[in-house]
Amino acid sequence: MTTAAQARPRARRLNWGRALPYVLSLPALVVCIGILIPFFTSLYYSMLRFRLNLPALKGFIWFDNYIGFLSDAAFWKTVQISLTYAFLTVGIELVFGLGIALLLQKPTRFNNIVSILLLLPLMTAPALAALMWKLMTNPNFGILSYFVGLLGFTNFKWASDPSTALLTVTLVDVWVYTPFIMILLLAGLRSLPKAPFEAAALDGVPRSFVFFRITLPMLMPYMITAVLFRLLDSIQQFDIIYSMTQGGPGDTLLVFQVRAYLEFFQYTNVGRSAALLIILWAITYFLSHLFIKQWLKLRERTHGRA
Amino acid sequence: MDHTSTLEKIVRGILIALVLVFFLFPIFWIVLMSFQTNETILRIPPSFFFEPTIANYQALITGTLKTAAGNLDIAFMRNLGNSILLSTAAVILSLLLGVPAAYAFARFRFRLGEDIAFTLLSFRFAPPLLVLLPLSLYFKQLGLTNTYFGLVWVYQLICLPLILWIVRGYFEDISPDIEHAYRIAGNSWWKTFRKIAIPLARPGIAAAGLLAFIFAWNNFVFALILASADKQPVTVGALAFVTASGIQYGQIAAAIVLSITPTLALALYAQRYLVEGLSLGAVKG
Repeated sequence: MTTAAQARPRARRLNWGRALPYVLSLPALVVCIGILIPFFTSLYYSMLRFRLNLPALKGFIWFDNYIGFLSDAAFWKTVQISLTYAFLTVGIELVFGLGIALLLQKPTRFNNIVSILLLLPLMTAPALAALMWKLMTNPNFGILSYFVGLLGFTNFKWASDPSTALLTVTLVDVWVYTPFIMILLLAGLRSLPKAPFEAAALDGVPRSFVFFRITLPMLMPYMITAVLFRLLDSIQQFDIIYSMTQGGPGDTLLVFQVRAYLEFFQYTNVGRSAALLIILWAITYFLSHLFIKQWLKLRERTHGRA
Repeated sequence: MDHTSTLEKIVRGILIALVLVFFLFPIFWIVLMSFQTNETILRIPPSFFFEPTIANYQALITGTLKTAAGNLDIAFMRNLGNSILLSTAAVILSLLLGVPAAYAFARFRFRLGEDIAFTLLSFRFAPPLLVLLPLSLYFKQLGLTNTYFGLVWVYQLICLPLILWIVRGYFEDISPDIEHAYRIAGNSWWKTFRKIAIPLARPGIAAAGLLAFIFAWNNFVFALILASADKQPVTVGALAFVTASGIQYGQIAAAIVLSITPTLALALYAQRYLVEGLSLGAVKG
């Protein structure tokens, strides 16, 4: 207030002041614009008949790539496997993450150390995590192959069998990302107000009732934020699936990004690849909108109180 | 709540032990493998007891692996060097770009400000291949394919949004009054930014930088598409190594251990900041 009044006579200062935020934020934007251009290129490519090996056939075909998908069983398989993967992994991670957060709720020294140790899988590169699990599930010497052998599953082929490939990559995803949900929910649990719980304990309310009627509803904003964030990532999963099986065996794990990658590099069909990615982008755009809204609300709450 | 029974304590203990086994065993097992020869790795049943050897690490560090069929060159140390170079350069660049921008978004309400901020954040959520595939064609034309410069630029896609949004939150939590007072005392804007704003936000800047480093290090898909063998970081290099020398399991394990150690060490060192950083500041750690 006083600064504005003092600055008014000095007109040059004020102009500089108005330009300042742009001067500060433009370099970051300029660096990213080089990356925004390819986005529009993708949009354009998605309306082309464009194969790198047949450049002569290149031409504008409007929405034919998209219309082609409607009757393409392979495309629907990709949609189905991507959604299955996303909901399966995030569903399991939510249940496990919530369970572990409840186990570690009390901020004792031991619990804190455990929760820090659980961060390690999350900090492992997903592509490398997939390689670790690949070694552990190797049919010749993998320790997990040995364990399931003891349980009577001989010839359990993990990622190289179409019937268990999804299970194997899901396991890796759960290993890497459960700690993410756990850590968010733990922070949420520990920031809940104490009063309702003390009142319930005084009144001798059963603990299942406390959990379903007090804990869960109060934790809901944190759970929604974590789940939206994870869905957003999981529907785009590439690293784990690509390093584990390259989308195979056969077409078992051809999720959006893996199929788009193969369309581009193996079949050199740039147009179809771009159209696939634009569809994926539309899904993530919708999800990210929900997420950002939820995230801003939560941020306001936690920072407002702090 | 002191009415936890002994039974409950035991059940809790067992559950926590199971959780720890599930999440830590893979790391433990890979470390064990990295100290074994192929012979002991292939032994059935797998054993926790063996004569440890550092031959795997030696082979990786010297870059040659002596096998019965002859000497095999391993370029893994090169990948490790690339990872260090790419992640460090990417984080420094995005701190230089991101911290001033974060300050602008936190301190000024300006036209298009929120739009710019959201555009930058949206990079975090778009499918990376959407940008990378056309970019690979452009990079070919521009001569940026397989250059450190091109890769560091693309790494801004993950580093910048992270730094921008964490540091912005930090600036917003600091009251601007101190800066105002310093300005009124006759100091320039630049001096205020350097002497007051940055030191106050230092924990946030450090946390964001560390996290950005970890995310850059763990990235796989950028280099997979835009780099050839000599510029690839460990994530892509390890996969190539598996494909090239598929049966040298001990060396593969050692390579994985070397690749994940830096991020795990950083994570343990910076664990205080991780919660807030991971949720882009939505939840206080």
